[in-house]
Amino acid sequence: MSILVNKSTRVIVQGLTGREGTFHAKACAEYGTQIAGGVTPGKGGTTHEGWPIFNTVQEAVDRTTADTSVIFVPPPYAADAIMEAADAEIELIVCITEGIPTLDMVRTWEFLQNRRSRLIGPNCPGIISPGHCKIGIMPARIHKEGSVGIVSRSGTLTYEAVYQLTTWGIGQSTAIGIGGDPIIGTHFLDALELFNRDPQTEAVVMIGEIGGNAEEIAAEYVKTHMKKPVVGFIAGQTAPPGRRMGHAGAIISGGKGTAAEKIKAMEAAGIRVAKSPAEIGETVAAVMGVKV
Amino acid sequence: MKIHEYQAKDILKKYGVSVPRGEMVETRDAAEAAARKLFDTGATGVVVKGQIHAGGRGKGGGVKIAKSVQEAAELASKILGMTLVTHQTGPEGRVVRRLLIEETLPINKELYLGIVIDRAQARPVFMASAAGGMEIEQVAAANPAAILKEYIGPGMGLEAFQARKLAFALGLKAQQINQAVQFMTGLYKAFEETDSSLMEINPFVTCTDGRLFALDAKVNFDDNTIFRHPDLRDLRDVTEEDPLEVEASKYSLNYIKLDGNVGCMVNGAGLAMATMDIIKYAGGMPANFLDVGGGANAEQVTHAFEILLSDKNVKAVLINIFGGILRVDTLATGVVEAARKTHIQLPIVLRLEGTNVEAGREILKQSGLNFIVAETMKDAAEKVVAAARAA
Repeated sequence: MSILVNKSTRVIVQGLTGREGTFHAKACAEYGTQIAGGVTPGKGGTTHEGWPIFNTVQEAVDRTTADTSVIFVPPPYAADAIMEAADAEIELIVCITEGIPTLDMVRTWEFLQNRRSRLIGPNCPGIISPGHCKIGIMPARIHKEGSVGIVSRSGTLTYEAVYQLTTWGIGQSTAIGIGGDPIIGTHFLDALELFNRDPQTEAVVMIGEIGGNAEEIAAEYVKTHMKKPVVGFIAGQTAPPGRRMGHAGAIISGGKGTAAEKIKAMEAAGIRVAKSPAEIGETVAAVMGVKV
Repeated sequence: MKIHEYQAKDILKKYGVSVPRGEMVETRDAAEAAARKLFDTGATGVVVKGQIHAGGRGKGGGVKIAKSVQEAAELASKILGMTLVTHQTGPEGRVVRRLLIEETLPINKELYLGIVIDRAQARPVFMASAAGGMEIEQVAAANPAAILKEYIGPGMGLEAFQARKLAFALGLKAQQINQAVQFMTGLYKAFEETDSSLMEINPFVTCTDGRLFALDAKVNFDDNTIFRHPDLRDLRDVTEEDPLEVEASKYSLNYIKLDGNVGCMVNGAGLAMATMDIIKYAGGMPANFLDVGGGANAEQVTHAFEILLSDKNVKAVLINIFGGILRVDTLATGVVEAARKTHIQLPIVLRLEGTNVEAGREILKQSGLNFIVAETMKDAAEKVVAAARAA
């Protein structure tokens, strides 16, 4: 078991014919993910690297029975691509695109209410259930199948955490990058609820960063509902206030959203917070009783 | 993207938001002419406002009232060119290059209006408070109930009834309500149509004659939307930004200058922040935040390198790359090219992992250049801090 994606997940790629779409679709397919085809408006009826291309998501769903979409569409068109996927009743939409206008995401978020789709991202690396399914841009070989769930706002920092766990011999059930934007489809809280119910997952790593209060909300859930140990890390302990640190959502504004506040809330909820990013693996090992 | 007060007011005026009469000037003579025009057309005083991208200008001595044309000219020559230090500028301050010359108003009350995106609600929130003139964060901390909020339905805008609710709650008089509704709905329309991430009118003032004005205006645009607002892109004032940050932005690099001596180049914002954190943890201080992004190519990496090295405080460089979209071989090619081109003498510690890492390591080895290779983040941080100390 894992959460959200597994061997039977069937994926279409919106933006498959682009450079990044092609590169990563091939890497996902090599990993064993079922890539059923792609969507590029105007290129319907052609094939690309052996995959059928459709003009619309609806057509792709009708012809391939795909239930999941991954989006590599450039920022000006990405919000529209998310809504198109939701309209075609795609169950899981993974949006990799970075740089979507915030007000576009406000409309998109509203559009997703009362629809069956779950959105992961945008501005995220995607989701992987090691050994089963990879949908996104993460390097596959650092992962190992196992029992630790990972949820993170950062892409490369997630890889770092995964790499440390694998080095310790600790595998992962599912790793989700929820994205670094202010408005995202799946929050820490949603991922924690899913991991809490997943029988394969025995512990969870939650990697946050400065900005917003999603970590504090998740900590409240951990305190009251979480049945499994949670290890945390917050990036940006040395970040200056008022500056946007790369991610659109990573900013300390008006003295709010600091790493110190988040760490305090997480520790108060019983989360073991690694102080150094190099100690994430070690902290999980300690919590799970793993010895070298 | 931040803009100046006078630019913000120019935009707001087009949306029916009332602002005091005034003009932006860059010289003493122009200030004198602007003041004369205002006095000749009924102003009883003018305010000379230094334009920099930071709050607290009044307390820093950058905003002064003049009672005559002569006084306005004298104040203008004093404020133009001064280095204005406020709680938001840092100790180095900012040089004032432009002034806004505005008529003074018979102010009765100072109120607050603001619009931001509420992350948890995933929609814009229109805020109002009777505690104008204060920083809204302080109001929020001291008395959160004093901030009135109306959430905006996506695609709908601020409805008239929402504006009325806020206006009555602010204690405006019955005869001011229609004026307030026009002001607030215009303000929201400006927010949406310019793709702003923040608008603040602080203070939003009522006058003794009943009129309402935006006495100050702060507007930030969403950086991700500049592609659809070519006219707004021209409002950028690069003299307000760090020259290295301006240079970095030309190549779509996320660079923020800090005070330490360990330069770092990382891919991904989270890992870049974590790398800064671990440098500090290892006893050093990061010289910058630099995220070369997911899709960086060799050319961008070369530029990133040049930017890092032009900070003279940098004594050693840590390159920490975990390849996903950015392939490690691409990065390695860029690093080698940059190291050759810039004849770098500083120690460079490299820590590489991820997509095409073997090819990347091979490129570094073949280059014959003297890189310090680290295995883990901790190892990398310790090596680079030691190298910076030895330098």
